[in-house]
Amino acid sequence: MTFEYAPAPESRAIVTIKPKYGHFIGGKFVAGGKHFPTINPATEEVLSHIALGGKADVDAAVKAARKAYSTTWSKMSGKERGKYLYRIARIMQERAREFAVLETLDNGKPIRESRDTDIPLAAAHFFYHAGWADKLEYAGLGTSPKPLGVAGQIIPWNFPLLMLAWKVAPALAAGNTVVLKPAESTPLTALLFAEVCQQAELPAGVVNIVTGDGSTGALIVNHPGIDKIAFTGSTEVGKIIARAVAPTNKSVTLELGGKAANIVFDDAPIDETVEGIVNGIFFNQGHVCCAGSRLLLQESVAEEVLHKLKNRMEKIRVGDPMDKNTDVGAINSKEQLAKIIELAAVGDAEGAERWSPACTLPNKGFWFAPTIFTGVTQAHRIAREEIFGPVLSVLTFRTPQEAIEKANNTPFGLSAGIWSEKGSRTLWASQQLRAGVIWANTFNKFDPTSPFGGYKESGWGREGGRHGLAAYLKGVSHE
Amino acid sequence: MSFYGLVDGTDASLKSYLGNLSGVDQVGAEARAAMLATRSIKTTSKRWAIDTAITMVDLTTLEGADTPGKVTALCTKAVRPDPTDSSVPSVGAVCVYNDMVSVARKHLDLIGGQHVPVAAVSTAFPSGRASMPVKIQDTQDAIDAGAAEIDMVIDRGAFLAGRYIDVFNEIVQIRQVCGDKAHLKVIFETGELVTYDNVRKASFLAMAAGADFIKTSTGKVAPAATPPVVLVMLEAVRDFYEMAQVRIGVKPAGGIRNTKDAIKQLVLVNETVGPDWLSPKLFRIGASALLNDLLMQRMKMDDGYYSSPQYVTMD
Repeated sequence: MTFEYAPAPESRAIVTIKPKYGHFIGGKFVAGGKHFPTINPATEEVLSHIALGGKADVDAAVKAARKAYSTTWSKMSGKERGKYLYRIARIMQERAREFAVLETLDNGKPIRESRDTDIPLAAAHFFYHAGWADKLEYAGLGTSPKPLGVAGQIIPWNFPLLMLAWKVAPALAAGNTVVLKPAESTPLTALLFAEVCQQAELPAGVVNIVTGDGSTGALIVNHPGIDKIAFTGSTEVGKIIARAVAPTNKSVTLELGGKAANIVFDDAPIDETVEGIVNGIFFNQGHVCCAGSRLLLQESVAEEVLHKLKNRMEKIRVGDPMDKNTDVGAINSKEQLAKIIELAAVGDAEGAERWSPACTLPNKGFWFAPTIFTGVTQAHRIAREEIFGPVLSVLTFRTPQEAIEKANNTPFGLSAGIWSEKGSRTLWASQQLRAGVIWANTFNKFDPTSPFGGYKESGWGREGGRHGLAAYLKGVSHE
Repeated sequence: MSFYGLVDGTDASLKSYLGNLSGVDQVGAEARAAMLATRSIKTTSKRWAIDTAITMVDLTTLEGADTPGKVTALCTKAVRPDPTDSSVPSVGAVCVYNDMVSVARKHLDLIGGQHVPVAAVSTAFPSGRASMPVKIQDTQDAIDAGAAEIDMVIDRGAFLAGRYIDVFNEIVQIRQVCGDKAHLKVIFETGELVTYDNVRKASFLAMAAGADFIKTSTGKVAPAATPPVVLVMLEAVRDFYEMAQVRIGVKPAGGIRNTKDAIKQLVLVNETVGPDWLSPKLFRIGASALLNDLLMQRMKMDDGYYSSPQYVTMD
């Protein structure tokens, strides 16, 4: 007997998508000039047309943010700022379903993930930072920490609303105002968030959202009226930003790429490890900067783990992101799909062995089956470069020391995973690993109280927790 | 006995066999079960799941107050769960105490329920605190009275004290009593074993000792058949199949009261061991109240509205 799950689609009736959007500046939606389409990557349907922010738009947004900063937001007591943040958090919870549906339509991620992970975590970031707003002098950052001013924030397409929350919530709690640019391919939830700001009666100009592409981002980075740049995205663009702000007095935090090692020791709890491997690389189609994209297996258990991993991958449900039973959705864009295909082909060419479970991919939209490459060594490009897709490179090791050396042998250092039932080994390994976030017997777990950020070319500074707050306050040392 | 070539019957070989099992991470197992609980089973698949679940119910009464009247009523319900709808399948089995087996068997045969087996709880159920001769006699009595399935309890005291060989030997002896006359289900009482590591260990121990089914609980101790416990047992059954090429059944019992919970169990089966186990031969649900909720959900799917409990028979 087979148990086929009938389609269980989430209804999109809850969202109203306008045919065209402008920018959100000074508390109002203002018309843009040129527009570009934003599509549903699962169907290639055009969802709306988005304004391409130019110099005048960025100037207007920075001006509105500066005015709000100097006249309202920095003068307001922390207690009052906290009230607004709590209000935003509550509205996000009330409108969670709307946000989840919109995120899935625009991004391609499964509704289960936007519903159960992205949106609840985004609201949690506002709740958490709302609590800090009136307690900044007790954060261990000096007796009277001060905001930096106007923050320019540029966020990626993999977790659009969550990345917005990571940036906006601490900035506002600390008393800064913001000019935020959502990613070119996923602007819709940021524009819904603008509506939430209106609904919460947030003072005009505290949050400004300018949509656009890389050129709009460059205008923000190079704007003289901005005091701080916060960027999440590729290491390549991160380096350009670092060079651009180097001769200025702007503060900067960068959250960049990764090639995380997920290390499985021979005493790991195997079934939960297999779940962790799957979650580490196939969560959000692998569009995760901290994805566990390099699996390091101790040779004595490699065969067993791979066997179980392949069996488990046969159960992954790839398809319509709006179906509540989908595990892996669509690749976010044509460009990203091309990049994944190219790097996977390099894996083939370099002699690694490719395997994917049998799965039928939809005809329209951008899709890539969950894939693993075995027989990968440190010298393979797929073991060194970030693929940012559902592709896992599997390497093996013989001793714990060798595992650590291989794990650290990368220019990145964002995250790592350790799987072992032996506490002493976990503690030892976590001390040796050069990565900002280390998970033990789990992977891809996020919490607003926990600082997140990278070593080496994975970034500067931390987001979340007390450390993340410090990145939006003056007179304190920045990591 | 061969014990599938995994154990030779000595304490040392059993210790080595159980010692080679990997651990279970509590947080990870619970997270996986919680994720699978989000599966949304609708329309045609829900209808299929309800009918399949009905065939898997071990319709149970295990009360000190059980009487022949109560048991015969239960048997009638087991054969034709919905007297107004002959398309509703019979349940998997009727599960009663030892002394009610002959009453149940006779009544089932009388009403055309020859295809419904009687399961008897055995070995000093639910505590298991009796001497071995008593446990053997208890089992023999049930088989003589017509039980085709024996639900024995393990000695949890011995298990928790680390005397695994004693637990093993008891199962082996009861297996011998069952012979080819009765299927053997081995109850762990997971609420008393507490940890998932223990559940995994008990599963492998019981399977090597000759269990046909491994069963979570007696229904007398809470928590009982929680989704993570059933997940861990299904993983054990899946791994044992790869080791020994034998398919062992799983029976969650206790705490599964409504259709939603039953469907969650079927999802666990489907995505852990796969469709081979989606059969009453390899998966049963020990329950009493569940059947009526399955029937009411079934009526709702046919009629489009929820009916009152008055439209399903109480027993």
